[in-house]
Amino acid sequence: MRFTLKAALTAALLAVPGANALATTITIATVNNNDMVVMQKLSKQWEQETGNKIKWVVLEENVLRQRVTTDIATHGGQFDIVTIGSYEAPIWAKRGWLVKLNDFPASYDYNDLLPPVRAALTVNGTMYAAPFYAESSFTMYRKDLFEKAGLTMPDQPTYAQIEQFADKLTDKSKQQYGICLRGKPGWGENMAYLGTLVNTYGGRWFDGHWQPQLTSQPWEDAINFYVNLMKKDGPPGAASDGFNEAEALFATGHCAIWIDSTVAAGMLDDPKQSQVAGEVGFAKAPVAVTNHGAAWQWIWSLAIPSSSRHEKTAKSFIAWATSAQYVDLVGKTDGWGVAPPGTRTSTYENPDYLKAAPFANEVLSAIDSADPQHPTLQPVPYTGIQFVAIAPFQQIGTTVGQDIAGALSGDTSVSAALQSAQDSTTAAMQQAGYLN
Amino acid sequence: MTKPTTAPPHRKKLMHTWPLLTPTVGVLLLWAFVPLAMTLWFSFQRYNLVDPTISGFAGFNNYKFLLESPAFLLSIVNELVLVGAVLIITLVLGVAFAVLFDQEFFGRSVARLLVIAPFFVMPTVAALIWKNLLMDPVNGVFAFVARSLGFTPIDWFTNYPMAGVVMIVAWEWVPFATLILLTAMQSLDRQQVEAAKMDGARGPQILRYVILPHLARPMTIVLMMETIYLLAVFAEIFVTTSGGPGNATTTLTYLIYLRALVSFDVGGAAAGGVLAVILANIVALFLVRTVARNVDL
Amino acid sequence: MRSSPLQKFIVAVLGWTVALLMFFPVAWMVLTSFKTEIDAVHSPPLLVFHPTLANFTHVIYLGNYLGALTNSVAISLGSTVLGLLIAMPAAYAMAFFPNRWTKDLLLWMLSTKMMPAVGVLMPIYLLCQRSGLLDTLSGLILVMMLSNLPIIVWMLYTFFKEVPGDIIEASRMDGAGVLAQLRVVLLPLAGPGIASTALLSIILSWNEAFWSINLTSVNAAPLTAFIATFSAPEGLFWAKLSAASTLAVAPILIFGWMTQRQLVRGLTFGAVK
Repeated sequence: MRFTLKAALTAALLAVPGANALATTITIATVNNNDMVVMQKLSKQWEQETGNKIKWVVLEENVLRQRVTTDIATHGGQFDIVTIGSYEAPIWAKRGWLVKLNDFPASYDYNDLLPPVRAALTVNGTMYAAPFYAESSFTMYRKDLFEKAGLTMPDQPTYAQIEQFADKLTDKSKQQYGICLRGKPGWGENMAYLGTLVNTYGGRWFDGHWQPQLTSQPWEDAINFYVNLMKKDGPPGAASDGFNEAEALFATGHCAIWIDSTVAAGMLDDPKQSQVAGEVGFAKAPVAVTNHGAAWQWIWSLAIPSSSRHEKTAKSFIAWATSAQYVDLVGKTDGWGVAPPGTRTSTYENPDYLKAAPFANEVLSAIDSADPQHPTLQPVPYTGIQFVAIAPFQQIGTTVGQDIAGALSGDTSVSAALQSAQDSTTAAMQQAGYLN
Repeated sequence: MTKPTTAPPHRKKLMHTWPLLTPTVGVLLLWAFVPLAMTLWFSFQRYNLVDPTISGFAGFNNYKFLLESPAFLLSIVNELVLVGAVLIITLVLGVAFAVLFDQEFFGRSVARLLVIAPFFVMPTVAALIWKNLLMDPVNGVFAFVARSLGFTPIDWFTNYPMAGVVMIVAWEWVPFATLILLTAMQSLDRQQVEAAKMDGARGPQILRYVILPHLARPMTIVLMMETIYLLAVFAEIFVTTSGGPGNATTTLTYLIYLRALVSFDVGGAAAGGVLAVILANIVALFLVRTVARNVDL
Repeated sequence: MRSSPLQKFIVAVLGWTVALLMFFPVAWMVLTSFKTEIDAVHSPPLLVFHPTLANFTHVIYLGNYLGALTNSVAISLGSTVLGLLIAMPAAYAMAFFPNRWTKDLLLWMLSTKMMPAVGVLMPIYLLCQRSGLLDTLSGLILVMMLSNLPIIVWMLYTFFKEVPGDIIEASRMDGAGVLAQLRVVLLPLAGPGIASTALLSIILSWNEAFWSINLTSVNAAPLTAFIATFSAPEGLFWAKLSAASTLAVAPILIFGWMTQRQLVRGLTFGAVK
């Protein structure tokens, strides 16, 4: 009742030109993932409370990245709020492209943010992007299949165990595949997963002098393991499977184990989106040699381009959309199962959330353990776990991803693929001025 | 100029045409040359959108990095394979469908409408639907049909990635060829066909000596129009294989796309653009010869 | 020599098989748009299911379908009309007063279309940004018109060439100006050709997905951007994408089917006679 009254009042105020001089219209560019769809829906409340208006530009991830990057790099000022990941945030902040977000009202409670998440969006002590939801990676498996085969998934499996399980659970005649992993080339597709695999094998992208390390032993071991495992126990078509294709396979009951993003947990547990709801178990991301960088970290966050002309309004929206109160609001209106995960301690202390999200603890520990500041066993000059937070990485990751997909499909050998990846990475680093 | 009718014909014509041509030629010159000039300029710059520290004159470095990239030569070959394969398929099927739908049969007009429908589906959507709902080797419709018939489903994007992409693109463009060629069939002189039949010509002979010569001109037009659009194909590649596995489906256009909108390397993309323009003009030159031979432009 | 009933039957079966095979992906897309997400990826694929309209309400509610539709209509009509206005005089000149440069000129025009758009994205983007044309309908109409202009000129040219030069000459002798010639003589004679050129240009602009996505954000975003709102989010999306795409394809498909006769009639007259 209160809301409707308020709405009517606001509407009346807006109808009279000039009556509400503070009302501004802001443009928000965001990705079309489910959490943002919920935000778009709920933002009507913010509009009513403040009298401001929002214009939405909702695009798929790749198109969004193109549009936002071209706009911000040319200081176009088309967007007042942009949705970016933990890859862009530090790079863009250092360029001075983002507005500082260190003056939210006290109710925002910066200290409630999970420390590794906040750290990833902070440059020189200042936060430049506010975390909207965060994901890490972990192991998902079919409890029913494991039980039938008499297997138990440990809390944190090793890759050797994963291979054993996958071998045992593969039954190609029933189209049941022991393991599903990403294979579609792209820095945010297969390389996101392979980045963590290489990390846990003790590898790294670059040494202290930015020399590419792609032909080193850990890379050889990791990629050989991946290619052999997928050829033995993976589904057909793996070389063009991204997150969505793999999820469709798992949701329709074709995979026994899938190592991927924690956001999949909620989807696989929802009977409306999954034929295997209720049968899905969760464990930590597997390890091989080291725990360093075995699970990734990705944070979808909201930031304000310095070219925005509505900085104040934009800030007020971000403070609202990334607050603990917003998480509450989602829980109450759309159900706790879809509350934005991975950003705030308070979310994980909320009994309602813990009840609705049986995977909450695994997600929290995955995010908490991910340390992008020290991603690898050996020291590196970069931050980022499944990516390297330098500008040329998008190109490098995508090219290397293509090479490895080639090895996965059997076109080339692993060592040839890695040699080619090493060469193209060296060239790209030379072109970007990191190497002479 | 008192007696305009006595002026030599070509001079009379010249006087009339330039004001009429100016708008089109003018805007096309602007459209073609201003961006091209800027592209040429960028191609010699160190210019990366996401890294302003990279700046200054690059010399031929952008070209060097592109030409040295192992994907480059392959991408040109892939581009030509893609365009060539789709052209062949669409022309062959186009002629076949045109002949077929030129026959009277029950419900022909409805059937024709169904055949041209794919032309209206946007490339991204076509690619997403084909990849995930039809060609997926586990959950797709094709795999289901194959298994029901006792075959092993084909794993298109792993084993025959280029064929998979060609199939999708051809599906989008066969309707166009069919439409144009079907139209042309309708002006075919039926008496000629009847006469040939009287002379004892059989189907293949009629096709070879009557129908194909008649369709030569419209086929050239299909060839020309499709080449223009096929050289720009990238949504289908991006959605299905992202240029892989390896570089199996990386075309020059896709390679430039990667430079321009994945690595935001404006200099490198510009260098690729310049090379693509050169390639396009070579193809155009080849087209000019075929077109000029077949079509009285 | 009439074909036998058997032959007719075979032709009908063949014709319908081809038609259904070609149409199948489109039909499957429409069918999928009425499924729930989990039914859409169900294995084996489902033919019988509980239809739902939820996907349609979802995409219309979230995607500003009407705005995108209006923009698509405005852009494809606007660019086509503008293109025809600019192209007609040039096509007229080249068709009726050719000189030895005409062929080269025409081919040069066509070759401007062979430059891959993505190679010149940054220059065009920067030009649009500096001139305030980014995310405006006029900007997109202009770009779309320019990118289709060569095709329009060329098609009009082939149609105009079919009009006997004598008629033009005669009307010119009667003192008719260029505009009068176009209106009185060319329009009636080459009308169907002009119409099918317009139709083709509308269809091509409608489906153009590079400039229309990269040069717009909110105000001028057409249906291609609407599609990008629903393609490939995290999670299952094929039913919602099918619904969005059914909505985006339906207007142009119905338009195309309605005008097919016109398109064919025009094409018969000119380029492909």
